[in-house]
Amino acid sequence: MKLELKGITKRFPGVVANDHVDVVVEPGEVHGLLGENGAGKSTLMNILYGLYTADEGEIFIDDQLVHLRGPGDAIAAGIGMVHQHFMLVPVFTVAENIVLGVEHTQRLGKLDRARASREVSELAQKSGLPVDPDAVVEDLPVGVQQRVEILKALYRDARLLILDEPTAVLTPQEIDDLFEAIRGFVAEGRSVVFISHKLREHRAIADRVSVLRRGRIVGTADPREATEQELANLMVGRPVELVVDKPVAKPGEVAFEVADVSVQDLTGKVTVDGVSFSVRKGEILAIAGVEGNGQTPLIRAVTGLEPLAGGQVSASGTSIAGRTRKEVLRGGLGHVPEDRNRDGLVADFSVAENLVLNLWDVEPFAKRGTLQFRVIADHARRLVDAYDVRTPSVETPAGSLSGGNQQKLVIAREFDQPIDVLVASQPTRGIDVGSIEYVHKQLVAKRDEGTAILLVSSELDEILALADRVAVMFQGRLVGPYDMPVSKEALGRLMAGADPAEVLATGADR
Amino acid sequence: MSTDDPRDPTDPPGPDPDQPPEAPLIVADKNDAEAEIEAAREREAEAFKVGLEAGFTQRLVAALTGTSVIVTILAFASALVIGAFVIALSEEPVREALGYFTARPGDAIAAGWTAISEAYIALVQGAVGGRSQISETLVSSTPLILTGLAVAIALRAGLFNIGAEGQLIAGGVAAGFVGFAITGLPLVVHLPLAIIAGIAAGAIYGWVPGILKARTGAHEVISTIMLNNIAFLVSAWLLSTALFRQPDRSDPVSKTVQNSARFPRFFSDLRVNYAIVLALVLAVAIFWLVERSTRGFELNAVGLNPDAATTAGMDPARTIIRAMSTGGAMAGAAGAATILGVQGRLTIGFSAGLGFDGITVALLGRGRIGGTVAAGLLLGALKAGGRSMQAQTGTSLDLVLVIQALIIVFIAAPGLVRAIFRIRAEDLAAGQVAKGWGS
Repeated sequence: MKLELKGITKRFPGVVANDHVDVVVEPGEVHGLLGENGAGKSTLMNILYGLYTADEGEIFIDDQLVHLRGPGDAIAAGIGMVHQHFMLVPVFTVAENIVLGVEHTQRLGKLDRARASREVSELAQKSGLPVDPDAVVEDLPVGVQQRVEILKALYRDARLLILDEPTAVLTPQEIDDLFEAIRGFVAEGRSVVFISHKLREHRAIADRVSVLRRGRIVGTADPREATEQELANLMVGRPVELVVDKPVAKPGEVAFEVADVSVQDLTGKVTVDGVSFSVRKGEILAIAGVEGNGQTPLIRAVTGLEPLAGGQVSASGTSIAGRTRKEVLRGGLGHVPEDRNRDGLVADFSVAENLVLNLWDVEPFAKRGTLQFRVIADHARRLVDAYDVRTPSVETPAGSLSGGNQQKLVIAREFDQPIDVLVASQPTRGIDVGSIEYVHKQLVAKRDEGTAILLVSSELDEILALADRVAVMFQGRLVGPYDMPVSKEALGRLMAGADPAEVLATGADR
Repeated sequence: MSTDDPRDPTDPPGPDPDQPPEAPLIVADKNDAEAEIEAAREREAEAFKVGLEAGFTQRLVAALTGTSVIVTILAFASALVIGAFVIALSEEPVREALGYFTARPGDAIAAGWTAISEAYIALVQGAVGGRSQISETLVSSTPLILTGLAVAIALRAGLFNIGAEGQLIAGGVAAGFVGFAITGLPLVVHLPLAIIAGIAAGAIYGWVPGILKARTGAHEVISTIMLNNIAFLVSAWLLSTALFRQPDRSDPVSKTVQNSARFPRFFSDLRVNYAIVLALVLAVAIFWLVERSTRGFELNAVGLNPDAATTAGMDPARTIIRAMSTGGAMAGAAGAATILGVQGRLTIGFSAGLGFDGITVALLGRGRIGGTVAAGLLLGALKAGGRSMQAQTGTSLDLVLVIQALIIVFIAAPGLVRAIFRIRAEDLAAGQVAKGWGS
């Protein structure tokens, strides 16, 4: 299917999210859409999927002008969308999820499950996306859930498939499988719009890349010819440093020790199983792994947010057992949580208030139980300058800042206090390239001040750029840590659960 | 690589003249920074967005406290306009004139106008038309301010306190009991003692749903509704016991509160008394607590984002218990104000829905302390004026209830008000009050 967007403009109050965007997707093409968060990718795709109406501009499908008033119109026109956040009913089976809304029914509206299951099974076979049609969705790993989402679109006969950040939740191996499937779709004459902020992936799969910056198409490139550096510069609008400049670590004494830690979830299922490691002052220990392998409960447990089912944790030489989260933090632990919107910030609080969120009741910010607003504001102004947080004022609600600036806010709060140990989970998730650079530099600087840093990331590039030692989390167990360098391929295999002895035995991998 | 857009040519590779090479990244180019700041300012100006992840009460709180002053005022105005139609249609002459509306529409309009203007003039005069009217307004406002605070404090902590009614009953019963059971104390000892008893009983009665929520996750809406019933029925039972009942009466009425436990009046001929001073002093204390203190910081953080509050080292469970207890204390004070200030004895149903009115007050005050006090005075005026309107023009006092209910409907559906008045989100930005705390 050929898709043509002509002069699409969408304004939100005070913001032009899309400014005369022209994009042409040829039949059988994988068209990459590259841009930082907030560049207007999602708005553009929501217009294409009928969720928003463009203020100006026209959409042509196979040279026919179309008006999309809702997702129903878009689906009827042959457009399928796989959202970043899956839209599945967790307690339904794969087949039920796929046929939902277009299901065949027997007498008295009884669902024809057998037929659904058979059709889904055939479709899965044909499109190279193997799934069990009768499995319940909530039991499936995210990679498979994504397949279900794609099959849902294919079942509705999507001839143009929009994949919004599809690789964020996948292992390197699963990404390869996905790319294989995408190649299959285009071979059938379908078109794919592939949205990602990862340059490497565009180079691997896209036939053409359109780069969006601040709502405008700033360039179209052939990803096989353009270098990553060129694409990055185009995306950010200025030269970007892709490599972190990192001096050799000078590790000191152990500041953070985790011994045989286990964690159970509410249902009693073991999510973290006998994990041990230690972090020395002045080094970065990175924990790699696909999301959902126990990193989140591990970090919550070792930072005092959740009880341990077993094992010991000590920070700065003191056990955290029996101490409240507040006592653990005040004992010299900084924590950059993985989900800054949920755990890191109160969106409705001002920048200044968020900067004292963990120190709200200590001098000089509070005296005799009363907040000292002037001190809090002065403190905020100093940090906003020092950490380059771009905000209209310190009174602005933190929720109004861009993702990168929100993260800088969290970084500023956690870094600007005397800490021995810093735990940073996914510190660059969902932020723009410029801010990623900045956060990486700050992490290295903090390390060189002599802080012990535990970094958790699902981005292999980030791990490789920052780690002094690396460990891999797989199904609740920790493999490693190993001294760097460990090759990307070896890490990728460990993340997929390969036997470490086998992976690391082959000398080439080290 | 090609560049489509002539307005924004890609930077050529090589050193950027604006950027000294040694500090390239932290201070990126100025335009970039300004654009980000501009974008943040614009997002701030956008209408309040409610996260999909937020729980029901959080969304409710966000929707309410995110509603702008303009919307609140328009909601009130809309309620008055609809109330006007209700008045007009309830008048016999208007309905008669409507019968021949097509022949002489002027009659119906004139009759309607007369009915509406007379009723509303009587309403306003009854509220503020003289010293006795103002006295009545203040008397009506006193418990409303306090129950409004009871709801508002909980709202700020992300809780919906439907239990002000029960907490008020608990406070009134305790204050009344201390008021009539203890004799021989001077006013300066007896009155404070009775007030404290009322406040403490209310606080305990608010603490119960608080601890249930914090420890077991029991939803405060459910538990407070049930506790309201329990408070009502227990108070009714108490009035049938010898301990409480007035010996020479067969109906369930308690003994009379000693004069030494009554709020003194300002003027002997007016009902207004020192209870309004108590309400205002407590409001100031609550303002400090919620808007200025470290406890308030925790309260607001927990109300707006309990996960972030926990991560920052706060204790949401304790905060919830504190918020519910403090709210209960305010409702208990309202009970004390009612019994010790006006009624002088306990009767069945003495609470008369004052606790539920507190919900209206807190919502009209948008969960803010100053707003709640103002809304308490306004609804007190409506109540006092409504009684006078009923006496003068025969328009039923129920109209005031209709207006109150309409206010809630309009405030709960800010989108409706925006649609009626065609307000766009950006026009509201100027009137938008910061949703957080402090300002």
